[in-house]
Amino acid sequence: MAEPRRTFPKPLPQPTPETQEFWAGTRAGELRLQRCNDCNSVYFPPRPFCPKCASRSVSWFKASGKGTLHSYVINHRPAPGFQDEVPYAIAVVELDEGPRMMTNMVGVEQTPEALVLDMPVEVSFEAVNDNITLPKFRPVGGGK
Amino acid sequence: MKPGSVAIVGAAETTEMGLIPDMSVIGLHADAALNAMADAGLKPGDIDGVATAGESPTSIAHYLGITPTYVDGTSVGGCSFMLHVRHAAAAINEGLATTVLVTHGESGKSRVGAGGWGPGGGGSLQGQFESPYGPAGPPSIFTIPYLRYAKNYGVTPEQLAMVAVVQREWAGKNPRASFRDPITVEDVLNSRVIAYPFHLLECCLVTDGGGALILTSADRAKDFPTKPVYILGTGESVETPLISQMEDFTSSKAFVVSGKKAFAEAGISHGDVDHLMIYDAFAHLPFYGLEDLGFVGRGEAPAFIWEGNTRAGGKLPLNTNGGGLSYMHSGMYGMYALQESVRQLRGAAPAQVPGAKVSITHGVGGMFAASGTIIMSNERP
Repeated sequence: MAEPRRTFPKPLPQPTPETQEFWAGTRAGELRLQRCNDCNSVYFPPRPFCPKCASRSVSWFKASGKGTLHSYVINHRPAPGFQDEVPYAIAVVELDEGPRMMTNMVGVEQTPEALVLDMPVEVSFEAVNDNITLPKFRPVGGGK
Repeated sequence: MKPGSVAIVGAAETTEMGLIPDMSVIGLHADAALNAMADAGLKPGDIDGVATAGESPTSIAHYLGITPTYVDGTSVGGCSFMLHVRHAAAAINEGLATTVLVTHGESGKSRVGAGGWGPGGGGSLQGQFESPYGPAGPPSIFTIPYLRYAKNYGVTPEQLAMVAVVQREWAGKNPRASFRDPITVEDVLNSRVIAYPFHLLECCLVTDGGGALILTSADRAKDFPTKPVYILGTGESVETPLISQMEDFTSSKAFVVSGKKAFAEAGISHGDVDHLMIYDAFAHLPFYGLEDLGFVGRGEAPAFIWEGNTRAGGKLPLNTNGGGLSYMHSGMYGMYALQESVRQLRGAAPAQVPGAKVSITHGVGGMFAASGTIIMSNERP
């Protein structure tokens, strides 16, 4: 008789005081970034000061949620919790506002043919539980 | 150190003290650091040395926007910061850095952004912004920038595979290498896909081993039984603990900074280098290393290797022990790269480069997170 398959939970973000606005945003269906009030830099991941000029005067704003596929791998050796998804792409998108973020691609085959670098992508929110909604991305206009 | 030669010019604590539930561990480091910089009238761009314990100096440097030429992550408990000050004094006297920032932060009571799942915990930046997307260790993290490099420079799958083929040739000459049988580009491309576009044979081995080095003053060195290998130049830097936040996916900023510093210290040019080791956890690392150290121009490394320049008899013998791809890789391979440079300069390598006088060992830490470069010679300058 086959052993019951061991399952592991996927790792989930634990928001901190400095990042909770970002995670509140994804829950509300918004991708929120920060901009420096002094030098105008837009940056990510969140922090309460500008990594370009060290100003503590920074503001949150709602980003467009649009960008391009910057790079990726298609992983064949799953992380704990991802056993049923292999192979899956671990991607980095470049947002139109400048910053890059790691993500997964949804609504598209996880193949080199379907995942073309520099293709336009847009955010697609995936609610994992009541607290955490992950920003994932899909090809603009649908993928293969 | 020379008495009175170094001074403390900025000092501050966190803005709040005692119970600070609205700041994570890294936030406490940063708050204290910003306050100390304000105290000294400095900006992050003025800082070129970072020392810390608890958090990694990579995390602190990247979070604050610092690109250091000196890093101290010495972590020996509560007195770590005394050691950091001592190292910093030596570093400043030695010219490794001009302005060193030492930070501490700990959410000892509130436990915000401390501990928990995985590397650094679910509250760390990796835990929040990378781990949820399923990276499963180095094979699916270290490799993420490569498709961008390959697209920018038009690199073929065959050219990436050739890195593994050439290193297997070197391993074939080394009786201690784990894998010695010759392989072809086709063998590499037919091996199992680990994380597209990387195949099994483009990933390092997982083996056991160890190594050690002993250093002493050059004046004493001549009294030892083996041929001295002199340190000519050194470099170090860190960039980011998050692969997704590398400034340029086609180049490692830590490699560039570390390499420049080492060349400047050594006062040599690329033409003086007889032998090169580039830490090759995965097959793309020699591309980044060759270009970021300035041995070839941007995008030229794949053709440089394809054309045989790094083979035995080529103009720049590279990873002559077989490298992490074929010799061994225990996890922290840098020690083995250093050992091979020493063997080459003692004239005692299994695949000896005839007449090698200057060798460079270039290491990576984390996944494009950190770097160190050592330039050595068997001739005292």
